[in-house]
Amino acid sequence: MTQTQTISLTINGEAVTATVPVRSNLVDFLRNDLGLTGSHVGCEHGVCGACTLEVDGAMIRGCLMLAVQADGATVTTVEGLADSPRGQALRDAFHRRNALQCGYCTPGMLASALEYVEAGRPADRAAIREHISGNYCRCTGYQAVVDAICDLIGQGAKA
Amino acid sequence: MSVAKPLPHDAAKLHVTGAARYVDDIPVPAGTLSLAFGQAEIARGRITGMDLDAVRNAPGVVAVLTADDLPFANDVSPSVHDEPLLAAGEVFYLGQPVFCVVARSHLLARKAARLGRLTYEDLPAILSIDDALAADSRFEEGPRIYIKGDVDAALAGAEHVIEGTLELGGQEHFYLEGQAALALPQEGGDMVVHSSTQHPTEIQHKVAEALGMPMNAVRVEVRRMGGGFGGKESQGNALAVACAVAARLTGQPCKMRYDRDDDMMITGKRHDFRIDYRAGFDGDGRLAGVDFTQFCRCGWAQDLSLPVADRAMLHADNAYLLPAARITSHRLKTHTQSATAYRGFGGPQGMVGIERVMDHVAHALGRDPLDIRQVNFYADQGEGSAESQTTPYHMEVEDFVLNEMLAELKETSDYRKRRAAAATWNAANPVLKKGIALTPVKFGISFTLTHLNQAGALVHVYQDGSVHMNHGGTEMGQGLFQKVAQVAAARFGVDAGKVKITATDTGKVPNTSATAASSGSDLNGMAVQAACDEIRERMARFLADQHQAQVSDVRFQDGKVLVAGAEYSFAEAAAACYVGRVSLSATGFYKTPKVQWDRIKGEGRPFFYFAYGAAVTEVVLDTLTGENQILRCDILHDAGASLNPALDIGQIEGGFVQGAGWLTTEELVWDDKGRLRTHAPSTYKIPACSDRPVVFNVALYDGENREDTIYRSKAVGEPPFMLGISAFMALSDAVAACGDVYPSLDAPATPERLLAAINRVRP
Repeated sequence: MTQTQTISLTINGEAVTATVPVRSNLVDFLRNDLGLTGSHVGCEHGVCGACTLEVDGAMIRGCLMLAVQADGATVTTVEGLADSPRGQALRDAFHRRNALQCGYCTPGMLASALEYVEAGRPADRAAIREHISGNYCRCTGYQAVVDAICDLIGQGAKA
Repeated sequence: MSVAKPLPHDAAKLHVTGAARYVDDIPVPAGTLSLAFGQAEIARGRITGMDLDAVRNAPGVVAVLTADDLPFANDVSPSVHDEPLLAAGEVFYLGQPVFCVVARSHLLARKAARLGRLTYEDLPAILSIDDALAADSRFEEGPRIYIKGDVDAALAGAEHVIEGTLELGGQEHFYLEGQAALALPQEGGDMVVHSSTQHPTEIQHKVAEALGMPMNAVRVEVRRMGGGFGGKESQGNALAVACAVAARLTGQPCKMRYDRDDDMMITGKRHDFRIDYRAGFDGDGRLAGVDFTQFCRCGWAQDLSLPVADRAMLHADNAYLLPAARITSHRLKTHTQSATAYRGFGGPQGMVGIERVMDHVAHALGRDPLDIRQVNFYADQGEGSAESQTTPYHMEVEDFVLNEMLAELKETSDYRKRRAAAATWNAANPVLKKGIALTPVKFGISFTLTHLNQAGALVHVYQDGSVHMNHGGTEMGQGLFQKVAQVAAARFGVDAGKVKITATDTGKVPNTSATAASSGSDLNGMAVQAACDEIRERMARFLADQHQAQVSDVRFQDGKVLVAGAEYSFAEAAAACYVGRVSLSATGFYKTPKVQWDRIKGEGRPFFYFAYGAAVTEVVLDTLTGENQILRCDILHDAGASLNPALDIGQIEGGFVQGAGWLTTEELVWDDKGRLRTHAPSTYKIPACSDRPVVFNVALYDGENREDTIYRSKAVGEPPFMLGISAFMALSDAVAACGDVYPSLDAPATPERLLAAINRVRP
């Protein structure tokens, strides 16, 4: 029950080695062991999207992945978003467009949005709506979130 | 000036960097313990045995508490002391906390909590509205009844009469951040509590009772919530009290957060309602009288159900003159979660009742429902008489603006043309049917419990000119802190960025009301203004004296203080006042004027003013599957002279989507044992981004509050929620296109209910 395993991974550009219970979720490991509390837990069974983060370039639910499964992986959380110019630009767009209210869904929403933008997809509102439909937001009605993503893609097109 | 600027949310930068701390993110001292509740497995019964040995022996468990272990009050009710923290011999709903595990981690506590073996003597559970009526299980001695005129005579004499019944489901708040609390024991038995709550004073009060301490021994701090929506007005009490009691017992800090399933099983939701109606009207659809009976399912404890049910009665007219009305309200006690505050606080349920009547009347007469709505509107401000403006609770509507607003919205939304186009579409398409509806909102602003309409603030100016602002309102995402900071900045003539927004703290501002009833900006904005003006007056007096000028000649603007030709930066002025031994700290207080209300008689002025809005929603419905999509929504909403248009529009967009969710996809299902079967997002569906309107146009009405509110703004938290009613009515309209019978659609209008309604309507 208390079996542990040592894992090594890169989190937000930093090499991390830790011994974790084999049943520990990635998001619990990030929050409780590393103090990276930007990733939030909402439903803890993979539906709400609040814990969405990037592992080896793919978006995953931090509550559905075990920490041991991330052994050897490269993980980016909301705290590490500013390390990429696109991540920084996305943050700015969410800020500027008021694409958040209570902010609890924001880190996961940013991760999903970044996946869309990084894939080079167009400022197509229907496609964006579909893409972020796995991230619940109870406050905004999503309008400003879609605006912010479109904004960022629009800027990229101009640049 | 900082007021009316569309500034972003005050914590936006923190949110996009992951630096914003919620309760569960606060770094805790080593040795902090975690709590979890063991819950009742039946809806109603006597506990005959509680074997907790396996719980006590589980890994990491430090203590297990039952009702017998609580040193003082075993109560977390916000109203009538009928809500034990831990069940005392009897259980009243499935999910009720029975014992509390204190363990070394959140997961260990939860695992151990599953190991309790409880035995019960089953007692019959009252679950539904019908069960409760049959058993006469209710709060208060009988129904509350508000009466205006002679409704029986009005119905008897009316040209036409319709009648019907409407079922309205409840709603889970689904704040993304679940309930959470952290208690930190202090010297001398004092307790500091961090809680995700809309009502820090209530937490302080209940924790003090549970610890047998005066309120001054407990300090509650709330920086932010990850959403509240009313669900954190009273539902956080249990966690905070449990943490404080466990912290006292163990001497260690204690924290607790509900896992989502626990959260949905334990906490209260929006009240579900059944509304019976009879309405009499003439050939133009003008109402003669309406008789409503509202059945409100309150759950096991009283909580806030009486004012919720009152507010449903107070919105049974919505925007319409009811020449005669009788509104009967049954507050039914059932063995289910204790229904609680939820954005709109009963108002939405009352409002759907009368909107259903409008829709039904229009159907009976073969008219556009908008015509029926408009013919029954109150008159716009300055144009009515007492006769045309009197509500069923005998308050005169003085600030009505919906006639003017509708004229604008009908144009911008192209309502008539689109309605005709939908009819053409429906004539040509047998499977996909379109529906369109325009519904208005008139929502009363003020707590109906009059004494709650008060607020306090504490403002300091430091000698470097920086400002520290504190008030009793809590931030749950709505942008209250920024709006009030804009007020403070405006009073001192500095940028909003110069004002430090600080966590709500019962040690700074005492005796606060919940941040609820949309009152946050109205009350706290005024209290902060009063505090700022007090300091500004002292500064002005000192500087005027220094320059042999009049106090009225001192100006605070653009970050400067101007007096008799001299110019100080605000910081220089503050420093000069400090050296001149001027107090730069002040409290502010505000109480809403004009309100007085007798809730038993149903007479008086419960509301300072009304907020208005209207929405046009168009949907398309697949009549084979019941699937549907909101194609377009146009909203015109009245936020008075908005303190911050960007934040207000965010409230309106989010409110509409949440309101539409309530009436469409969000379905709570209890089984015949009283077990809530939809206790996680896997089975309970809130709107996702793909569910929102394809086209979504939101505009603010250009007007100001005729009452003297903070910068003539209007409250905006709850009113837009009820704009979502237009989505429900549009679906009803699409169903109506399938045949000649009135659809009598119930809510939530899930595909299943839509198909049932289509089958009723089809020839």
